Parts: sequence; C-alpha cells; structure tokens
Amino acid sequence: MANAMEIYQLLPKTNCKECGKATCMAFAVSLLSRELTVNDCPPLKKDDFKANYEKLSDMITPVEGAAETGMIVHEDKCFGCGNCVVACPVNVADDPHGTGIGRAPTSDKVILRVEDGIVRTSNVHECRRFGKDKILCNGCIVTCPTEAIEFI
Amino acid sequence: MVILLNENYHVCTGCALLCDDIEVVIDGSRIIEVKTACRKGVARMKGCSKPMSPTVDGQEIDINSAIATAADILRNARTPLVFGLGNSTDMAQKKAIELAKRLGAVIDDTSSFCQGPILEAIFNEKIRSTTLEDVRNKADVIVYWGADPSNSHPRHLSKFSYFPRGLERQRGWEEDRTMVTIDIRKSHTAKISGDKFYQIPLQGDAEFIDALIDALSGKVPKVSFDYDTKRILELANILKKARFGIIFVGLGLVYSIGNIDPVVKLMDKLNKISDFYLIPMVGHYNMRGFNQNLFNETGYLNRVRFEKGDSNNVRHGVEFSIVESLNNKTIDAALIIGSDPLSSLPRVVVEHLLNIPVITIDPCETFTSGNIKSKSKLGTNLTIPSALSGVECGGSAIRMDGVEVVFEPIIETDYPTDEEILTRIIEAL
Repeated sequence: MANAMEIYQLLPKTNCKECGKATCMAFAVSLLSRELTVNDCPPLKKDDFKANYEKLSDMITPVEGAAETGMIVHEDKCFGCGNCVVACPVNVADDPHGTGIGRAPTSDKVILRVEDGIVRTSNVHECRRFGKDKILCNGCIVTCPTEAIEFI
Repeated sequence: MVILLNENYHVCTGCALLCDDIEVVIDGSRIIEVKTACRKGVARMKGCSKPMSPTVDGQEIDINSAIATAADILRNARTPLVFGLGNSTDMAQKKAIELAKRLGAVIDDTSSFCQGPILEAIFNEKIRSTTLEDVRNKADVIVYWGADPSNSHPRHLSKFSYFPRGLERQRGWEEDRTMVTIDIRKSHTAKISGDKFYQIPLQGDAEFIDALIDALSGKVPKVSFDYDTKRILELANILKKARFGIIFVGLGLVYSIGNIDPVVKLMDKLNKISDFYLIPMVGHYNMRGFNQNLFNETGYLNRVRFEKGDSNNVRHGVEFSIVESLNNKTIDAALIIGSDPLSSLPRVVVEHLLNIPVITIDPCETFTSGNIKSKSKLGTNLTIPSALSGVECGGSAIRMDGVEVVFEPIIETDYPTDEEILTRIIEAL
C-alpha cells in the first residue's frame, strides 16, 4: 500500500510550488488523500520524470478505489464472514436487532454489509473515520481474519 | 427446537450453520445476487458451475431409464452400500434408510470419518451440548479446538459465537466474551483470538487435555513437549472463571485423539468447576440430520448393515464404515447421494469404487462422478442429476447444534429431488 514517504521519493523534490502546495511532501499527502492527482504536478509530466510518473500512477491506482474514509476492501481476500459487519460500532448502534446480534441488516443506515460474499460499504459519512472529527476506529480491521480491510 | 423460516428470508445450505437470514435477487430461474451469505453460501446458492446430466458409462440417457438402471444395479447387488446424504433433506435421508432396509444394504455417511464419535457421545448424553442461540445469548468463554471456522463455517464467529451482542452479553466481543483457539497452526481463526491462541504440536491434543485437567485440579501441568506451564495455568484460569463456556470441537481434535475419552474427561472436569457445553463443528449441512434419523431408526448413528428380508436385524460396527467396506471389498455396488468420496478419502481406499457399479445422485459434477466415469474398469457407472437441496427443493435439516431448520425452495427446477429419485428407485424395486 502506498504511503506519503514512498510517494515523496518519486516526486521531483524541488518544492517548486507549481501545484499550489508549499512542498513536495505536502503534495504527496494531498495525492494520498485524493485532493490532487498525479497530473497536478507539472514537472512530473516532463520526460525526465516519465518513469516516476508511471510508477506513481500505478501506486495511486488502488487508492483511487478507496471509500471517502480511505477504506479499501481487497475483494480477493474477503470471504464474507461478516465479522466486520457485526463488530462495527456504527452498525451496532444503528441496527441493534439486525447486525448487532449477528443477523442480516434490518436498517438502511448500516455502513458495512455483505453482498455476494464480499463486504460492501454504504453511508460512509457515518463511519467514525469520516470527516474532520474522525477517530481512528479499527473495529473492522482487527476483526478481519484475512487482512482484507485496509485504511489509507 | 425448530426454526421456521421468516417469509422475507431464505436458508443457506452451504454448511451446517444453516444461516436463516439470506436474501436473494432472482432473474427468471436463476439466483443472480445473494445478500448476507458468505462466499461458501453464495457459491452453493448460485448453483453448480458444472451441472451433472443423466449418464450411464458416459453415455447420456433420459432420467427414467437412469432410475430403472439404478434399480437393476441395486437389485442384482449382493451387498450394496448407500453412502452420503449429508447434503440431502431429512425426508430424503429417511427414504434412503428405507431403501437400505429393503436392499439389506450397508449404510454409512461421512461422519464415520468425521464428527461421528462426538455426535455419538452427545446422542448418548455423555457430553452436554447446547444450541447456538444460547451461545449467542450467554457464552462468555468460547473455545475453538482443532477448528478453523473462518474457513469452514465463515459466519460462525459473526452470527453466533464471538462478535454478536447477546441477551446476557450486551457488550459483545469487546468486553463480555473471551475467545480461545487451540490448534497446531496459526489459522485465520487463531489470528482473531490474538494472545489467547495456544499452539500445540501435532498429535499433542490428548497430552494437552491431561495437562489442562491437572491445571484445573490445582496440580502443576506437565507435557512432554516444550510448552510454557504458565500458559496452561493461564488457560485453566480462563476456563475456571467461565459462567457459560462452550467448546467447539473441530476435526483437528477428533483425528488427533483417536477415541474421545479425553474430551469426555475434560468436559466432566470442567462441569465440576464451571459450566461448559460442547458443539461439534459439523461440515455438511445435514450430516447431523442423517445421524439423528439413523439413530432414531436403529440406535446407531452410522456404519449400519441391514439384513435383507429382516429389517429389524441391524448390525453395527467398524467393518460397516465406508473405509472398511471398500478396504475389505465387502460391497459390490455403491449408491452415493450428494457426497464426493473420491475427494474426501485417500485413493488406496476408494480404488475399489472403480471395480464395482456406482450410482451417483448429485446436482453437480463431482470428482467422484467425473473420475468414475472416465477411469472405471469393470463396473457400470450411472449418474442421476437431482435438484439442488435448499435452493431448488425445500424440506428440513438439522443444524450442527441439533436444532431443526425448515426451508422452502427458492427457485424452480425440472430435476427431481433426492427424495423423489429414491422413492422412484424403491418403487422400481
């Protein structure tokens, strides 16, 4: 999984500010949070950085598929056990008689549910990791037996 | 206890958990989307990737001729074997027992090399068992021994044991429950139990049980392998403090100990100092149902031989298990219903199946039906497709904890059910 330092290593590191950010490190963080895209860095598009541009594009592709909370579900690893669905504190609070007791969701408010054997997200704004006051809840990560859930 | 289906939901027959909260999206006669089921369940409910067709020695025939040929094979056999039925409904199982009685056949299922000994002890009330609903509502100490439900029964932890909130366990897994895994390797389930994972060496289960009983009795536990005594004492302490403890026994433990006396001893000890129950991790969705039905009929749960013409004369013993029957070549025809012995048993054991007529009743092509068809040397080999139990046909089944679950068909099919096929074979006889 990409992290800001790895992205930074592939940038021109000139702090040219052409992207509107103060430093290349700030650009790396913006890239990771999907505020900016690889194309927002003009020097990176020059021939000198062609290899780095391609590497960065590859690196950032999985991040683009992440939910707004930065959650990524590796579908090849998930087998739909539903541990995360039942353990999620938001699901328990919003659907105490459905997912809260291990059964199928009975409310539309749940943020995790299993469909076709794979966990899917909905209502991501309800997730504790969403927004400015987010907290680093890890209920779905620690309960996943296959490490299929990751946050960027 | 019987669970009747809520009209909005369907029952998944992917494993012996029989999850009864499944929603499906149907397009015509196909299920295109399954909600809440795990991947195992989805694969089962969406149907076969390779449906079976009625064939005799690889040549396609119509289903009526297939049933007539099956009756001929069974009529001419001296000692036929009826095997499988773990993926059939209760009614189909009862028909199979009736057929075995009529034929004077040997009847057995996968439990003879699976959870048979544990189920026998539960049926004979040597071990206390409980329901999964009680586990959800009351259990505070959950032990998985030689089992990896994350792979075998994916929703076991989330639907019943560790994660859900229960009536007396409102704070769920975070505070109210402790999960222990005892296994020879760090399985996916063991990963969830974190520092409550006790890794023991291969075949070390019986010795570990003895050490645990010592620790529970206040003695210093001793094992011949390298193991930190403090950890065994720590585990004994967790078990002692349990208010409602449950041990889920997997095949890892059953295969390791040979006979189940150590488990009975451990349960007796645990029940003297706390409150413990045991549930076997049954695999096929209605294996326990077959054991229950045969037990009600004969007093034995598997490995039975009926005497032809005298259905009250029932013999039971190791020699009537599928493994021994094939090893000793005592059977001269086999009727395999919803099972795949070629994948679950070693080749040296199942080789005899290539020398005798074999009838396979299954919705899907299996390793057995495919290989018997192509590699058979002597016997006639007959395949009869059936409706996919739990999806294309309804009925009832017994969950791993002994609770009966009733279900309706989800989609329609032209194929006859196991029960219909067996009834027609009995009529043809």
